Amino acid sequence: MIALSDYLILAAILFSLSVAGIFLNKKNVIVLLMAIELMLLSVNLNFIAFSHYLGDSAGQIFVFFILTVAAAEAAIGLAILVVLFRNKRTINVKELDSLKG
Amino acid sequence: MMSVEQLLFYINSAVVIFGATMVITVKNPVQAALYLVLTFFACAGIWMLLEAEFLAIALVLVYVGAVMVLFLFVVMMLDINVARMREGFIKFLPVGITVALAMASMMIVIVGPEYFGLEKVIEPARHAADYNNTRELGLVLYSVYVYPFEIASVILLVAIVAAIALTLRRRPQTKYQSPEKQVAVKREDRVRMVSMPSEQKK
Repeated sequence: MIALSDYLILAAILFSLSVAGIFLNKKNVIVLLMAIELMLLSVNLNFIAFSHYLGDSAGQIFVFFILTVAAAEAAIGLAILVVLFRNKRTINVKELDSLKG
Repeated sequence: MMSVEQLLFYINSAVVIFGATMVITVKNPVQAALYLVLTFFACAGIWMLLEAEFLAIALVLVYVGAVMVLFLFVVMMLDINVARMREGFIKFLPVGITVALAMASMMIVIVGPEYFGLEKVIEPARHAADYNNTRELGLVLYSVYVYPFEIASVILLVAIVAAIALTLRRRPQTKYQSPEKQVAVKREDRVRMVSMPSEQKK
């Protein structure tokens, strides 16, 4: 028997790992995008676990839409990255300060 | 004694955590992308255990098949100086570990067995062998959620247009044909009648 809390703890660990990944790879935009994908994965795991244990398929529908939006986000993010590299020859976050924000 | 389900759950969870750790720690972004693929595969296994078969397959097909391949393409196209990218790694390692541990412990206290254990949330009975998860999802997706479904398709269209518009570039030195000019051309533009005296063979 696997309890709901086992799945939730796994998702929590996965989410914390991806937060740590954002801290560790502050320079590299590509790994930052990958960490965001990991976060979305852990949220999806939560949705599916609750959907299974509460017997409601709405959670799975939510995951379906999150997957759609995540795919769109990854496509546009990588396109921005390619344009950025083409213009600046770098994807180092530290050197992307032309807006002086 | 562990049941088969528990065994599968723990193996897949270990692979998920190992994969995620490697994604955030390896030097090479290509390797990070490949470890992310491993993580997605193991997570699809866990979704299978939760009887979300359609989404598990969609995760493998859409994420591993499309999004991660896109990631790999971009990582390999860009010429990244890996050493410069790693500069802050050691510096932020203590902060990262502290934040991750704090977040994980707090969330585990909240979602732990005290509130979501087996005696609080009973594990539902397994569906029969002829249960169809795809049919179940489709029934609600095309009736109750049909409007969000349409919006999702529009979002994908916007993403396509945005990605192409962002990366499209015109190079002035490349030569290309313009069909509209070719179609609109007149005889007078191309052919010029010249009157000249006839020549004789010698």
